[in-house]
Amino acid sequence: MSTANIFLIIIGSVILAVAGAFLGLLYRGIDRKLVARMQARVGPPIIQPFRDVTKLFMKENIVPDGAVTWLYNAAPFLCLITSALLLLYIPLFGQTALLDTYGDLILILYLFIIPSLALVVGGFASSSPFATVGAQREMVMMMSYELPLAVVSITVAWVISHVTTANPFMLSTIAAYPVWNQVGPTGFIGVFLLLFTLMMVTPAEATKVPFDIAEAETELAGGVLVEYSGRNMGLFYLADGIKAFAIVSLIVALFFPYNLSPVFGIDVAWLAFIVDALFFLVKVFVLMFFSITLVRTSMARFKVSQASWIYIVVMSLIGLLGLVLIWLDFLV
Amino acid sequence: MSEVQTNYTVPVGPLHPALKEPIRVDLEVDGEEIVDADIVVGQVHRGIEWIGTNRNNFVQNIYMAERVCGICNICHPFAYIMAVEKAAGIDPPPRAEYIRVIIAELERIHSHLLWAGVAGHEIGFDTVFYLAWRVREEILDLIEYITGNRVTKAMFQIGGVRRDITEEQLPRIRQSLEYYKSIFSQLGDIFLKDPTIIMRTKNVGILKKEDALKLLTVGPTVRASGVPKDVRVDQPYSAYADLDVKAITPDMLTGTVVGDVYDRIIVRLLEVKQSIEIIEQCIAEMPSGKILAEPKMAKLLNMLKKAEGEGVARVEAPRGEDIHYVRLEAGREGPAAWKIRAPTYVNFIAIPTILKGGQIADVPIAFASIDPCQSCTNRAVTVDRNTRKKTSLDYEELHRLSVEKTRRLE
Repeated sequence: MSTANIFLIIIGSVILAVAGAFLGLLYRGIDRKLVARMQARVGPPIIQPFRDVTKLFMKENIVPDGAVTWLYNAAPFLCLITSALLLLYIPLFGQTALLDTYGDLILILYLFIIPSLALVVGGFASSSPFATVGAQREMVMMMSYELPLAVVSITVAWVISHVTTANPFMLSTIAAYPVWNQVGPTGFIGVFLLLFTLMMVTPAEATKVPFDIAEAETELAGGVLVEYSGRNMGLFYLADGIKAFAIVSLIVALFFPYNLSPVFGIDVAWLAFIVDALFFLVKVFVLMFFSITLVRTSMARFKVSQASWIYIVVMSLIGLLGLVLIWLDFLV
Repeated sequence: MSEVQTNYTVPVGPLHPALKEPIRVDLEVDGEEIVDADIVVGQVHRGIEWIGTNRNNFVQNIYMAERVCGICNICHPFAYIMAVEKAAGIDPPPRAEYIRVIIAELERIHSHLLWAGVAGHEIGFDTVFYLAWRVREEILDLIEYITGNRVTKAMFQIGGVRRDITEEQLPRIRQSLEYYKSIFSQLGDIFLKDPTIIMRTKNVGILKKEDALKLLTVGPTVRASGVPKDVRVDQPYSAYADLDVKAITPDMLTGTVVGDVYDRIIVRLLEVKQSIEIIEQCIAEMPSGKILAEPKMAKLLNMLKKAEGEGVARVEAPRGEDIHYVRLEAGREGPAAWKIRAPTYVNFIAIPTILKGGQIADVPIAFASIDPCQSCTNRAVTVDRNTRKKTSLDYEELHRLSVEKTRRLE
């Protein structure tokens, strides 16, 4: 790897992390405003999450007496860094990912586990009984939504492996061969079921109602985050926004890798980039609205046993049904 | 090897987002399952009875009784004035009795809607919380229109009520009642048919009929367990004797009684409907006449100052049976004794039974399902004058003291 290349990657990573944090917070603000309107409230201004983060960073950072201090302080950093790391491997703004050739879908799936693990570590390290219960719940949730997530990812790669000899787990390959185009009518329904499954995993990844069981304000007073304050809390807040943005971007990358610039025949590079980037932001907004905003407005929080059952049994079955439909489609 | 400890205690409260007022529930949990639960009260003791007997006169005590609890600001003064009236032998005019019932039923509607919102919030369904409270605004507006206040209604007076409900006010009242009738089916759809609400409330926090009877629970909590126990029916007071009231049990709607949180929702919803009907009946049958037995305040106070006797009154508050006891002694500005027993005080006893065997996630909604009112309840604290140490007497301690006393008498 040349020095210039390394330099480019470092600069690119910083830009992506900042842009990811900014967009994560912006989408969070929009989400809060929309939820408020649907609940017949005025709601906070869209820039409220930015104010929240600013304020959190100014506040005192309290470490509880019984906590394992280094672990307690390390967890938020780990969470934020791995969340930001996700953005380097997921195609954003209609472009290929920054580290596209260095990692594939399987790596991304593993990376998605680490922020949750950081939450669990932070929860256990804070020594509060609420956080302990919250951390236990977070672990159960993690194990539950892993199966449907894996089913979806592998099926998409499997579909694409039929049409190309390139590594089907590479996101650039997935972008080159959009999954909808590779299947007939039966398979189309199958792909739709896969999309539905992935969208149902999104609220759990982003810890939103009805799957915010690990935080569950009215039950656990914030659960894993109950002892966190100040800078540490701010880092978790940022990581949360980035993670939600990343998971929705992954849906876009897997199912909607289309760009507008070829449709309009725009050749100018910078103009094509702007058009594609804006189209990408719209796609993220639409998916976020349906998978996070609408779901959290219209549902009550599940119990951990219920949520776990929904993921392991119902969602996995829907995912597998999608797989079977696509398989039937290939047989015909 | 020593035994591995799998149980640990999670304290819910005294300050916790699930609790609207301070109380502590100690949960012994094994993973998510609740093995045992205990309740520790005593955080909002304000000495209301002491103030009522030592500082205030009879009329000032109405003000005090209204402030026992913000939500039950009618049932407490209602019980208090009825107890005083009984002790002093004052007979309120019939029109006043009807107005009292109207106000009490308005309070029940408002309280149950408030509870419905809180219940939505407890299970993480904030949309239901906001919508229920928006619906509740209408009843608050009506209460303000009739009484002049949105929350603390200040309507009651010993020997009657302080404001009349005039003929011109009736259309506005009817309009509000019609509004609630028109949205009633929507409320039913949200609370009884929403799949997530059903998932979170069915077979959660079960209180069986035998347990409910054994633990002497009151109000919607006991009725949801299938016991038709309602003071308005069992011992009709005020104008309720003239009216058509029936104790609501969940089997009226579903045909079965489970005694879970879902049944408590049913009971409260049906009671909102029942309250609307009661108010309509009151408006239709309201007799004319004066609204105060003794309009002159000074004369009333003098009369009460000379009175001697005891009075007990029972009122069906939105949360259950509320009992006030007063003793009048001649020559005192205020009552010589005043004892309040609020419904939550008895319903708390059922909490460990309701919570045991459930999950931590069930605690907020199961706890809220009895509609607890801590400020009504807190008065069981003993203070050692020498050490200034606060202790509360538990059952064993009281039993021991009781046995000792019997021995001393022998």
